[in-house]
Amino acid sequence: MTRTILVCCGTGCLANGSLEVADEFRRLIEARGADARVECQVKRTGCNGFCENGPIVKILPDDIIYYKVRRRDVQEIMDKTVAEGQAVERLLYRDDGGRPVLHQHENPFYAPQHKIALRNIGAIDPTRVEDYLEAGGYQALRMALEMTPAEIIEQVKRSGLRGRGGAGFPTWRKWQAAAEQENFPKYVACNGDEGDPGAFMDRSVLEGDPHTVLEGLAICALAIGAEEGFLYIRDEYGLAVRNITAAIADAERHGILGENVLGSGRRLKLSVVRGGGAFVCGEETALIASIEGSCGEPRPRPPFPAERGLFGQPTVLNNVETLANIPVILKDGGDAFAAVGTEGSKGTKVFALVGKVKRTGLVEIPMGATLRHLIFDIGGGIQNDRPFKAVQTGGPSGGCIPAHMLDLPVDFDTLKSHGAMMGSGGMIVMDDRSCMVEVARYYINFLAEESCGKCTPCREGLRKMLEILTDICEGRGQEGDIELLEELGHTLQDSCLCALGKTAPNPVLTTIQYFREEYEAHIREHRCPAGVCVKLTSFRIDGARCRGCTACARACPTGAISGGVKQPHVIDPAKCISCGSCREACRFDAVETEGREAV
Amino acid sequence: MQAEMDQILEILHRYPPEKRHSLAILQDLQHHFNYIPREGMEALAEYLGCPLSSLYSMATFYRALSLKPKGRHIIKLCDGTACHIRGSVNLAGGITRLLGIGAGETTEDGLFSLELVNCLGSCALAPVMVVDETYYGKVTLEKLPEILAQYREGAAE
Repeated sequence: MTRTILVCCGTGCLANGSLEVADEFRRLIEARGADARVECQVKRTGCNGFCENGPIVKILPDDIIYYKVRRRDVQEIMDKTVAEGQAVERLLYRDDGGRPVLHQHENPFYAPQHKIALRNIGAIDPTRVEDYLEAGGYQALRMALEMTPAEIIEQVKRSGLRGRGGAGFPTWRKWQAAAEQENFPKYVACNGDEGDPGAFMDRSVLEGDPHTVLEGLAICALAIGAEEGFLYIRDEYGLAVRNITAAIADAERHGILGENVLGSGRRLKLSVVRGGGAFVCGEETALIASIEGSCGEPRPRPPFPAERGLFGQPTVLNNVETLANIPVILKDGGDAFAAVGTEGSKGTKVFALVGKVKRTGLVEIPMGATLRHLIFDIGGGIQNDRPFKAVQTGGPSGGCIPAHMLDLPVDFDTLKSHGAMMGSGGMIVMDDRSCMVEVARYYINFLAEESCGKCTPCREGLRKMLEILTDICEGRGQEGDIELLEELGHTLQDSCLCALGKTAPNPVLTTIQYFREEYEAHIREHRCPAGVCVKLTSFRIDGARCRGCTACARACPTGAISGGVKQPHVIDPAKCISCGSCREACRFDAVETEGREAV
Repeated sequence: MQAEMDQILEILHRYPPEKRHSLAILQDLQHHFNYIPREGMEALAEYLGCPLSSLYSMATFYRALSLKPKGRHIIKLCDGTACHIRGSVNLAGGITRLLGIGAGETTEDGLFSLELVNCLGSCALAPVMVVDETYYGKVTLEKLPEILAQYREGAAE
């Protein structure tokens, strides 16, 4: 028989040493020679999404999945699982009840997932086009070559697919608008400038299944009549750039793309453009300017890119995850895709579930699932069983959603009506030790730095908001600051040139709306209830609860904590920098915070 | 000096002389020299037939480009949201105490540069730090000295 060993080599698992693990498998297999009863092959796959528990190793056809595999574990896996089909129990995932989980689909993190965009990731070697073809790849492109542009667009329309990059604009309408133009050449472009902090689904798709993005883009090119396309990818995503570049070369070598697409006589030339590390380039007109070789500054719309885009020609820009859905829509039909999801939001969405949640990673679920399902069933709840405080959705343009709204279904429209947005799918979970004012300050700081400076409300307004929020976090807040922030926020929403500025106030406005009392505690009592704002927090050890385990003293970067083993410890306020490392280290909840008069 | 110019010209000629390749060429110069030398930008302006000012505006607009030489080892400390709420700011303070440099600065011996960067897309391992090409996940203040020491020793060899 044959066994396949899949070693996850996404960025997360690589950081945990998965390359060593894959090499060790190869070495041991070679060392065994040809006399082994079980033939095996090792494949390096893309990201399985459960990065925190990497490196992840999957054995097929047994479907046994191991987590946190080290090089020293490889021999045992070879002896027991590869040779005998038996599990190495200590490497299995333990569910919430502590029971070992043998198969991936039984793992509480994976069980509720419904994979469309991520369907191949973790199962195929992204550097082998043969793997993608074996999984049914490029069949949709072959079908599209037999269809008219109108027929392709009709299927995308029936699917109800909306752009996954954040705005949720119906994909078919973009395609239709560009298809109607009689102005050639036309261009297609893939927006892989994933800039939202806390979102990494596009990176995962580009790294783990590059051909699906190329196939989606090629189908779009057929639908609008383009012969050239660009993939704009963040320079920071080194592996994604390498895999996509190699995939294009492979597809051209196999006659799938290039001068004669699958023997049809059609031409499609794709190339990669590396982003320059500017968040605003995620905005489509800025991205176009960047591909053209200028500063990535947005321009007013209309004209929309479908009419006048790259080099002044009709252009369709789609997000990575959007494109990854396209081959499935064509193959299974738009109606099948539309059967999943809610009335207004069809299909699935990939979320990056991160922050202070037990199981973090990439999760693909049908639209319309509740936040509670996502955070508590899939995510397993809050780390260390602390209280849930808020979830920040949609990146810097999104908002913070409080506990009483956990039963909201997640789709494009519901979250928007509550001041937040689904955005690109970042879900950052926060507990009672996250300060909402500081989080708002963090986002405004991010956006103020990333504002391109072209329009005044964004450039000046964000700087002013940042000043006010910094003052509040450092104990210089004044009565009236909250109202001023609201006024500035509304001005930005009304008057900024592009979506970056228009949505920038969302984190501030939602935290004021749902956590106003935290702002008031900072301003009136000079107290940070979460114990985060350094100038408003002092730390103290409760002698009654301290067991003298010395964990805090070891964690303290300035040596401010003294006390013997099994003796209550004490913090020297003169040395303490209020970093909170002791509180994180303490397992007995003995470190307390209190307000501090700001100086 | 001539050697540097030869390298610059080699990088320029990887691309046809069209304005649309200006960002890619600037990035290649950045990768090769760890910054964009003035000579490189001047040669590029001539090559593309565009004003130096337009390249200067790009070099100062894009975060990936730098006009100042950077250290031999570049520490990218992620301050994406997930890393932020898991304590990346404390790590920045820790690096400052250990190396005496803040974000955007380079140590006097030219060994390290510290950059505070936006999300590196490894949020599940937060807080994340990347030194050159190596990712370090779940970094703590305790682990910092050990990680940085490896690069010091590497330099001494």
